[in-house]
Amino acid sequence: MALDGLKAGALLFVAAVIQVSILNSVTVLGGTPDFLLVTLCAVALLRGSIFGAVGGFFAGLVVDTATLDTMGVTALLFTLTGYWIGRYGETTGRRRQYAPVLSVGVVTILYAFAALLVRFMLGQGGSPERVLLDALPPSLLFNLLLALPVYWFCRWVLSLGPAREPVREVRLIE
Amino acid sequence: MSGRFSGPVKRRIVLGVLVVLSLILITVYFRESGGGALHNIQSAGSTVLRPFEIAATRIAHPFQDLYNYLRGLVNAKSERDRLQAELDRTRKRLIKLQFAAQQNKTLQSSLKYVSGPSFPRDYRPVTTEIISKLPSQFQQRVVIAAGSANGIHEDDPVVTADGLVGKVSKVASHQAQVMLLTDEDTAVSAVDIDTRAEGMVRHGHGPGTTLFLDKVPKSEHVALNNRIVTAGWHQGKLSSIYPKGIPIGIVSSASFPSTDLYASVQITPYVDFSSLDSVVVLVAKKR
Repeated sequence: MALDGLKAGALLFVAAVIQVSILNSVTVLGGTPDFLLVTLCAVALLRGSIFGAVGGFFAGLVVDTATLDTMGVTALLFTLTGYWIGRYGETTGRRRQYAPVLSVGVVTILYAFAALLVRFMLGQGGSPERVLLDALPPSLLFNLLLALPVYWFCRWVLSLGPAREPVREVRLIE
Repeated sequence: MSGRFSGPVKRRIVLGVLVVLSLILITVYFRESGGGALHNIQSAGSTVLRPFEIAATRIAHPFQDLYNYLRGLVNAKSERDRLQAELDRTRKRLIKLQFAAQQNKTLQSSLKYVSGPSFPRDYRPVTTEIISKLPSQFQQRVVIAAGSANGIHEDDPVVTADGLVGKVSKVASHQAQVMLLTDEDTAVSAVDIDTRAEGMVRHGHGPGTTLFLDKVPKSEHVALNNRIVTAGWHQGKLSSIYPKGIPIGIVSSASFPSTDLYASVQITPYVDFSSLDSVVVLVAKKR
């Protein structure tokens, strides 16, 4: 459990540093790949809601600290993201082949709306047109392309074996 | 904990604690001053993270160079660069001469005119590299590897050899956040050195780096390819945070709609914001 936590923490820390140092500067067709968000989704799917929430909180704090942004904003958004994806993984998602892609797709869209809302409430908002129409579609595409490779890599790092076949039937024991 | 609480309860407690903690952080950060405890913790944290960010930037640098090179090949990079460099040199020389000539003419025409402090004399440069950037869809800001320890203060102007980049918006001990000219919150008083028309340079709501020169009366005949520089005004003890004469951009479109009081002027900035690697912060010698 502790080793898992260390591995997940290291993954998220490296992803946060790569995101703020390198990927935030990469803008293609108006969008930016969110490697950290994709990594958080993968860790939460693989390790559940508590890992997701705690990992998201600390990854968000790293981002807020490194970018000198308002402390707690990214932490709040990533906490909710990690928890929600973790719950999806714990309930129905973990053994489904499409779970990483589906969760990254949904989270990318919801995260954009939530970030826009929170920043609007804090008086820091970018224009909705720019965030939702110009930046979101290419960012969504980049994140979807990253989803499976990052998920496989996280699964390998966290030493999780290959996904098992889902339970197809239930046998009652008398 | 697992003994006392069931799985779902434990999950909800963890989530609740983290959300409340985040909200407390946001509230305290907003309510305290720039020198408050949380800002100091953030400053210390950013100092700790700085080596990791610099390492990541340096590791990625060859790949970024390769990417830029391949992108440049498509656009006949070498030829464009040569011509661009030549054009930049000529343009900077021309702007400097024209601005000096205009300033000289104004001084001669009015004996009461008092010139403000000249740009190079009153500032000392702090050259630094860019180590991280905020998500571009929200705010056009970057973080530089120099801070209050280097004498940098909030609102210090930031430039490159090409022209104005923006201003310092937050300062930590060894890092500072720079609000770019393309941020929606940035506004710079500027002047067209060909017509002397004055206005405010802002960024529109759309994507891209095109800027707008606002509040230019239609009587000023701003034309295509006119050069826009910072106005650098002084009024009593107040003065613009930007020294005058820093190149901003070139007029890429000018129209005079009959339904509007002001001309609609678009500017293409001289600075290429997509490939900023390092910047120069102008630190005032006297404050």
